[in-house]
Amino acid sequence: MEPITVFSSQTVLLPRADVDTDQIIPARFLTTTSREGLGDALFADWRYDGDGASNAKFILNQPESKGAQVLVAGRNFGCGSSREHAPWALADYGFRAVISTEIADIFRSNSLKNGLLPIVVSAAFHEQLLAEPCVVEVSLETRTVRLVDGPHADASETFEIDDFSRYCLMRGTDQLGFLLDRVDAISAFEAQRDDTAPA
Amino acid sequence: MAKTLFEKVWASHVVTPETAETPTVLYIDLHLIHEVTSPQAFTVLRERGLPVRRVDRTLATMDHSTPTTPVRKLADIDVVGPSAAAQIRQMQKNCAEFGIPLRDFDSDERGIVHIIGPELGATQPGKTIVCGDSHTSTHGAFGALAFGIGTTEVGHVLATQCLLQRRPKTMAVEVSGALPEGVTAKDLILAIIGRTGVDGGTGHVIEYRGDAVRALDMAGRMTVCNMSIEAGARAGMIAPDDTTFEYLAGRKLAPQGAAFDAAVTGWRELATDSGAAFDTTVHIDAGALSPMVTFGTNPGMVVGINAPLPEAPSDGSWDRALEYMQLEAGKPIAGTPVDVVFVGSCTNARLPDLEATARVLEGRRVAQGVRMLVVPGSQAVKAEAEARGLHRIFEAAGAEWRESGCSMCLGMNGDTVAAGKLAVSTSNRNFEGRQGVGARTVLASPATAAASAVAGRIADARQLAH
Repeated sequence: MEPITVFSSQTVLLPRADVDTDQIIPARFLTTTSREGLGDALFADWRYDGDGASNAKFILNQPESKGAQVLVAGRNFGCGSSREHAPWALADYGFRAVISTEIADIFRSNSLKNGLLPIVVSAAFHEQLLAEPCVVEVSLETRTVRLVDGPHADASETFEIDDFSRYCLMRGTDQLGFLLDRVDAISAFEAQRDDTAPA
Repeated sequence: MAKTLFEKVWASHVVTPETAETPTVLYIDLHLIHEVTSPQAFTVLRERGLPVRRVDRTLATMDHSTPTTPVRKLADIDVVGPSAAAQIRQMQKNCAEFGIPLRDFDSDERGIVHIIGPELGATQPGKTIVCGDSHTSTHGAFGALAFGIGTTEVGHVLATQCLLQRRPKTMAVEVSGALPEGVTAKDLILAIIGRTGVDGGTGHVIEYRGDAVRALDMAGRMTVCNMSIEAGARAGMIAPDDTTFEYLAGRKLAPQGAAFDAAVTGWRELATDSGAAFDTTVHIDAGALSPMVTFGTNPGMVVGINAPLPEAPSDGSWDRALEYMQLEAGKPIAGTPVDVVFVGSCTNARLPDLEATARVLEGRRVAQGVRMLVVPGSQAVKAEAEARGLHRIFEAAGAEWRESGCSMCLGMNGDTVAAGKLAVSTSNRNFEGRQGVGARTVLASPATAAASAVAGRIADARQLAH
C-alpha cells in the first residue's frame, strides 16, 4: 500500500448520485480468490459494451481521464454491498482518492484500509469540483483539498478523517498490527466473556 | 443513565475504549464466513503466519457462488463455471487448513449464511456478529449488534476476534399501529426505505420499535433488519422478547436447559430503557401501508402497488433510472408485464416466506412465458418445505424448485436474468445489472411476487381472482 501524504492529480467527474458497489464492480467478477488485477473490471457495465468493446462515451474512456487519481463522485457513493473488491478495483485502476458529499459507511471503511482516501466535502465545494475536470492537490498532512486550476482555482476545503486512519494511510501501513499488539487485553476480555457468554 | 439496546450491546463488547487518537477495540462473538469475501483474508493469515484465534466463534458455509441445481457431489461443481468452482474449493481448503468447521457443500446445515446463523441458534440476543456481507444486519432481529465488514476486517476478526470501530449514531424507526391484512414485513421495510432514502441511515444503527414491529414473527423481523443496509445503516436491531426466546429455545447452538433460562433472564435486560435518547427518530404509521414495490434502480424508489409512480423530480435525477426500468412517472406500475419471478435470498427465503408463496400459488399456474424460481434459504428450509409438501405446489404451478443459495439475488452462480427482462424479486437490491447485465428488477414481497407470476404482470395478491 503506497503511503498518501500530498499529491496532485487530474479529476474524473462522475456526478451521478447513489453509485452502488454493483456498478463499481459487478458481482460476476467476485469469484476471484485474489485481490489483484481488479482494475480491469472497474465500472465494467459502463466502461464496456455488451461485446466487451470500450464504450467511448463513458468518462473513464475519454482521453482527459487518463492517469487521473481523483474521482469526484455524486452523493452516497459506494452504497450497497460490503465487497472490498470495490476499493480494490478503484485502487488497482489507479485512483487514490474519492471525493463526494456523502460516502457509504462500509465502502468508506474498506477504502481507508486500501490506500484509497475517502473525502467528504460540503455541497458548495462539491459544486466547484464538479464545474469541470481540473487538477486538485490533496494533502493528508493538512487534511485539505485545493483546486489548482480551472474556474475555481485556489478554492480549498479541509476534510475530516480520524487520526488513526490518517496515521495508517500516511505510512502505508495496515491496521492489523495495532490489534495484534492488544492481544493481552483481548485475552483478558475473553477470559471473562467466555464464562458469561459461551459461543 | 437510560441506554438504548445498541448502547448496551456495544458497551459490553468494548475491549479497549476509543481515545482521541485510536478507535474502540470491539470484541466479536460470532464471525460468519463464506467463500466470496474470505479467500484474500486467509491469504493475509498465511503471509503473516497467523492462526485463526477462535475457530469456535467462526461459522463457515458457502452460499454465493454455489449452484442451486441439484449437484450433490463436489466433483460436479464445475457447472457454475471454473472460477466459482475454484472459489468453492478454496473455501474448503482454507477451512481445513485453519481448522474451521465448514457447513460444506454436502451438509444438511448449509445455506445462506444469514439464514443458517439464526436457524442453528448461533445468532443470539446481545451478541456482536459480523460477516463479510452487508446483509449481516439480518441478525439484528434477535437484538444482536450485527453488521457487514470488508475482507480486510474479515482478516482482523480471524486473527484477533476483534475490530477497530468508531461508535455509530442511533436512529429509532417507530412503527405504530398494525399492518393491514395482506401487508407484510417486506412491504414495511420497503416503505421505511422509501421514507428515509437510501442514505438516511448512513452513520447510524437503526432500532425498529413500536407495536407493528413487536407483532412480527422472527422471519418478518429478519426481513426488516436485513434491508437496514438499503437505508444506508450498517446495522438494524429489534429488542428481544418472548417471540425471540421461543424461536431460539431448543436450537442446536443455543444454550440448553437451565443455561437457556439463565440466558433469557439476561436477554430481557437488553431492551432500550425508557427515556433513552436516539440521535434521530422516524415515525411510520403501519395502518396506512399497502403492498410496496420498487420502480427504480435503488431500493428507496418505492411505491404502493396500486398507486401511480410519483412525478419525477425536476432535477432529472430519476431520468436514467426510469429509462433503464422502461417505466414512466405518473403511470401505474401494476399491470407491467413480467418475465421472471424470483422467490429467495437472505431477505425472503425462510419457511414463512415459502408458505406465503405457496398460499398464492396453490391451485394456480405461473403465467405462460414467465419463468419462476423458488430458492429456499437453506437446506433445512428446503427439507421443512418438502415435509409440508410446498415443493409440490410450486412444481404443479410450473415454478422451478431449487437447492439453497443466494442464487438470482446477485447472479454469481449462473442464475441470472437476461438483458431487458423484468424480474419481480423478493431479494434486496434493484441496482442496474444486479440480477444480470441489463436486467430490470422490481423488489416485492413473496405474496406480490407469486401473484405477479400467476398474472404475468405486476399484481396485488389481495386482488387475485379466486
